[in-house]
Amino acid sequence: MDHMSMIEWARAQFAMTALFHFFFVPFTLGMSFVVAFFETIYVKTGKKEWKEITQFWQLIFAINFALGLSTGIIHEFEFGTNWSTYSWVVGDLFGAPLAVEGIVAFFMEATFAAISFFGWKRVTKGVHLASSWLLAIGSNLSALWILIANGFMQHPSNEFGNFNIDTSRMEMINFWKLIAQPVAQVKFLHVVSAGYTLASIFVLGISAFYLLRKKHVEFAKKSAAVAAAFGLVSSIFVAVIGDDHAYEVTNTQPTKIAAAEGLYVGEKGAPIVAVGIPKNLKAASVASNDDAWAFKIELPHMLSILGKHSFNAFVPGLKDLIDGNKEYGIWPLSKLETVGQQARADLKAYHIAKTAGNKEAMEAAKRDFYTVVWPADLKGQVIYKHPANSDKLFLRKCDLIGYGFFKGKNPDLIHPPVPPVFFAFHLMVTLGFWFILLFIWAWVAVVKGSFENSTLLQKLAVLTVPLPWVATSFGWMTAEIGRQPWTVFGVLPTAESATPIALANVQATFFMFLTAFVILGIAELKILFTVVKHGPKGAH
Amino acid sequence: MSWAPYTVDATHFYLQVYFWIIVAVLGGLFLLMTFVQGGQSLFHTAKDEMEERAITNSLGRKWELTFTTLVLFGGALYAAFPLFYSVSFGGAYWVWMLILFGFVLQAVSYEYMNKENNVLGKGVYKFFLYFNGIVTMLLIGAAVGTFFTGSNFSFDPATRHVIWGTASDGFNLRGLEAAIDFKHGAWFNLSFGVLLFAAARILGGLWLINDIDNNEFPELIARIRGTIKKCFVVLVIALAIVLAGLLTMKGYSYNIHDPKGTVTLVAGKYLHNLLSFGAIPLLLFAAGLVLFILGVLKTGFGNSNKGIWFAGLGIVLIGIVVFVIAGLFGTPFYPSYADLQSSLTIQNTSGSKYTLEVMAWVSVAVPFVLAYIIWVWYQMKKNGPITKEEIADPESHAY
Repeated sequence: MDHMSMIEWARAQFAMTALFHFFFVPFTLGMSFVVAFFETIYVKTGKKEWKEITQFWQLIFAINFALGLSTGIIHEFEFGTNWSTYSWVVGDLFGAPLAVEGIVAFFMEATFAAISFFGWKRVTKGVHLASSWLLAIGSNLSALWILIANGFMQHPSNEFGNFNIDTSRMEMINFWKLIAQPVAQVKFLHVVSAGYTLASIFVLGISAFYLLRKKHVEFAKKSAAVAAAFGLVSSIFVAVIGDDHAYEVTNTQPTKIAAAEGLYVGEKGAPIVAVGIPKNLKAASVASNDDAWAFKIELPHMLSILGKHSFNAFVPGLKDLIDGNKEYGIWPLSKLETVGQQARADLKAYHIAKTAGNKEAMEAAKRDFYTVVWPADLKGQVIYKHPANSDKLFLRKCDLIGYGFFKGKNPDLIHPPVPPVFFAFHLMVTLGFWFILLFIWAWVAVVKGSFENSTLLQKLAVLTVPLPWVATSFGWMTAEIGRQPWTVFGVLPTAESATPIALANVQATFFMFLTAFVILGIAELKILFTVVKHGPKGAH
Repeated sequence: MSWAPYTVDATHFYLQVYFWIIVAVLGGLFLLMTFVQGGQSLFHTAKDEMEERAITNSLGRKWELTFTTLVLFGGALYAAFPLFYSVSFGGAYWVWMLILFGFVLQAVSYEYMNKENNVLGKGVYKFFLYFNGIVTMLLIGAAVGTFFTGSNFSFDPATRHVIWGTASDGFNLRGLEAAIDFKHGAWFNLSFGVLLFAAARILGGLWLINDIDNNEFPELIARIRGTIKKCFVVLVIALAIVLAGLLTMKGYSYNIHDPKGTVTLVAGKYLHNLLSFGAIPLLLFAAGLVLFILGVLKTGFGNSNKGIWFAGLGIVLIGIVVFVIAGLFGTPFYPSYADLQSSLTIQNTSGSKYTLEVMAWVSVAVPFVLAYIIWVWYQMKKNGPITKEEIADPESHAY
C-alpha cells in the first residue's frame, strides 16, 4: 500500500513540475520567434518604433524564460531521483536524445540569449538579429529532442529499441529510426505550433488591452498585425497536424484513443462524441456504448475517418482491448499477459543460468525470449495493427514483457480512466477551434483596418489570453494520463518505474518544489502585470 | 553481489574511456563556470546600489552558461552511464534534490531581483543567490567527494534494485550522510566542498575584476581583491587536507580485464592513478595548480585583471584530472563502502556499444559549440568592461 501511494506521490510530483514547466515552454517556443519577427522588421525598416516593440516583447519573454529554466532543470534529474528504475531499464535509449538536446539546443539557447538580451549596444545589428533567430531556433530544437524522447515512451517500436536479455534493459538499436519515428515528429510539430499560437494570442490580447484603454495605439496596432498573421497560420496548422497526431495515436496506443473518445465497445464506422459526459465504468461490463454516456451528441463515422482514414474502419474499444476480438485479430489482454509473463520468466531463467554458467539453458531462455509471437509465421497478412506495438512488422515475446506485470490484476488497470482523458482531450480541441475563429476574425479586421475600432473583438482577444495555457495543459494531460498505466507503452509499467524510497521523502520534495513554484509563479505574474501596465515606453 | 561487467569488446571499452574523458572535460568546464556561484557569494563586497548592480550584471550574463553546462553534464552521464544516473540520483536523493533546489532559486533571481513588484523583495533574491553560491557549492563538493570515499548502497540481484543503506520507512535525509557521516569520509567530502567553494569564490572575484570597469569602481575592486587574498588561505588549507586524504586513503580498485570485475581496497591507489599513463595526470594537475596560483597572484595580489584566464584554464585542468583519476585506470568512480562488489565502474554502468558509438558521433559537435560560445563571449567583451553608463542605460536590459 505504501509503495502504491509512493508511486502516486511520485507521479504527482512529476506532473506538478511538468505542468509548471509547460506553462513556460510553449510561450518560449512561440515568443522567441515573435521577437525575432519584430526585430527583423526593425532591421529591415530601420524605424525606432519597431525596436521599441521588439524590446518590450523581449522583456516579457525574458521574464518567462527565467522561470522556464528554473522549472526545467528539475525534470532532467527527476528521471534519476524519483524514476531511477525507469532510468535504468530504458536509460540507454532515453538518455541519448536528452544528451543531444543539451549539446545541440540548450547551449545555442543560452549562449545567444546573452547577446539577444544584453548585446543591444555591444554587437552590430546583424549579429544581434542573427542571435535572436538562433535563440528561437535553439529553443525549438530542444523541443524536438525532448519530444523524440517522449515519442519513445509513447511508442517504443522495436525498429529502434530492443530489450537486451543480457543487460536486462531496453537498448537503442537504430538512432535514425528513433529520430524519424512519426509519433515523435507529429508530436513535435503539434507542440511547437501550439506554442506559436499561444504566443500569438498573448501578443494579440495584450495589444487589444492597450487599444481598449486607448493607450500605446500605434504600438498595439503593429503588434496585433504581426500576431494575427502568425496566429492564423499557426492555429490552423495545430489543427491539421493534430489530426495526424490523432491518427498516429489511434494506430499505436489504442487504449489512449479509446479513453479519449470514451469508446468502450469497438465499432465499425465509429463516431466521435462532440459533446457529452462519459461514465467511468468497468470496460468489460459495458454492453453498448449507449450505456456509457450521461448524454452525448455524436458525429457519426468521424473517429474511423480521422483515426483510420476510412469511412467504415473498425476502431477497437476498451472492452475489445481487454476481452479481445477474434474478428479483428485483437488479442485478449489475458493472452498478452501470459506472453509477457513468459518473457519475464525467460529473463529470470537466463540470469540464473548465467550465474550457474549453464550456456545451454542461457541459449534456450534467450531463444524463447526473442520468439516471434505475432504474426506467427511472419508471412501473415497484417489485418489489424496490433494494440501493443502496432506498426511493427512482428512482435516478439520480449516486446510484450510489460504485460507480464498485470497478470492476475484488475483488467481495467490496463487503460487510463475515461472521464479525465476525454474531457482534457475534448476541451483542448474545442479551444483549438475557438483560436482559429478568433484569428480569422482578427486577421480580417487587421487587413480591413478595423481592428482598432472593434471593441467586441478586442474584448474577446483579452478574455482569450489565459485559454491557450489551459489548452496546452489539457493537451499534455491527454498525452500523459492517456499513456497510463505505462511509462513506456507496453514495456514498462508506471508502478515498476519509480525509485524505491520512503513515501515521506517524496512528499517532502513535492511540497518543497510546489511551494517554490507557487511563490515564484506569483512573483513572475506580478512582475509581468507591472511591465504590461507600464507599457512599451517603460520597458527596460 | 557484483554487477556483471557489460564490456565484452575492446571498442566498447575505448568508448567508455572516451566518454569518461568527456565527462571529465565537462566537469572541468563546469568548475570553471562556477565562477558565477563564487561571484554570488561576493555581494557583501558591494557597498552601494551601483556596485551591487555591477556585480549582478556581470554575473547575470553568464549564469545561464553554468546552468546549461550542469544540464549537459547530467545529460552526458545519463546517455553514457545510465546505471550511475539511476543509482546515484535515486540513491543519494537529498544531496541531489538540495543541489537542484539551489539552481531552481538561482534561475529566477537575476531576472527578478531588480524588477518592480517582485513580491519577495530584493533581499530574498539576493539570499537565493547566496544560497546557490555557498550551500550548493558545498553540496556539489560533498557529492563529488563520494566519488572517492564511496556511498552506502548495495545491489540486490533478486529484485535488481539498489538498496540504499540509510533507507528507512519514514522521512530520512538519505544521501546527506556524505556530509555528516564522519566514519565514512564526511570530513573528506566536506573539505572537498570547502575547496570547491573557495575555488569558485576566488574565480568569481577574478572574473568580476576582469569584467567590471576598474576605474569606475576602484573601491569595489579593492574589496574584492582583499576577499580573494583571505579566501586563498582557506583554499590552501582545504587543498592540503584533500590532497593528504587522497594520497593516504585506501582507494577502490578493480582489474579491467577481470570478467567478474572484483573490487578491492588498495593503498596509494590515487597516487598510482596520478602516476599512470606516463604521469600525464600528475603533470596536468601540477600545470593546473601553477596556472591557478599564477592567476591569483596576478590579479588577487598584483594589479593585473587578466588572472581569470590563467586561473580558469588551471581549474579546467585540475577538474579533468580529478575525474580522470576517479574513474580510469581500473577505478570504480562511484564506489560503495557498504558492499565493495556493488561499486560502479565505467564498464558496468555504461550504455550499449551502439549508443556510445552514436553519441561519439554526436560529440563531434562539441568543438563547434565551444567555438561559438567563445565567439559570443568575445563579442560581448570586446567593447570593454561593464560601466556605470551601461548599467543606467534603459536600452541595455541591465538588471
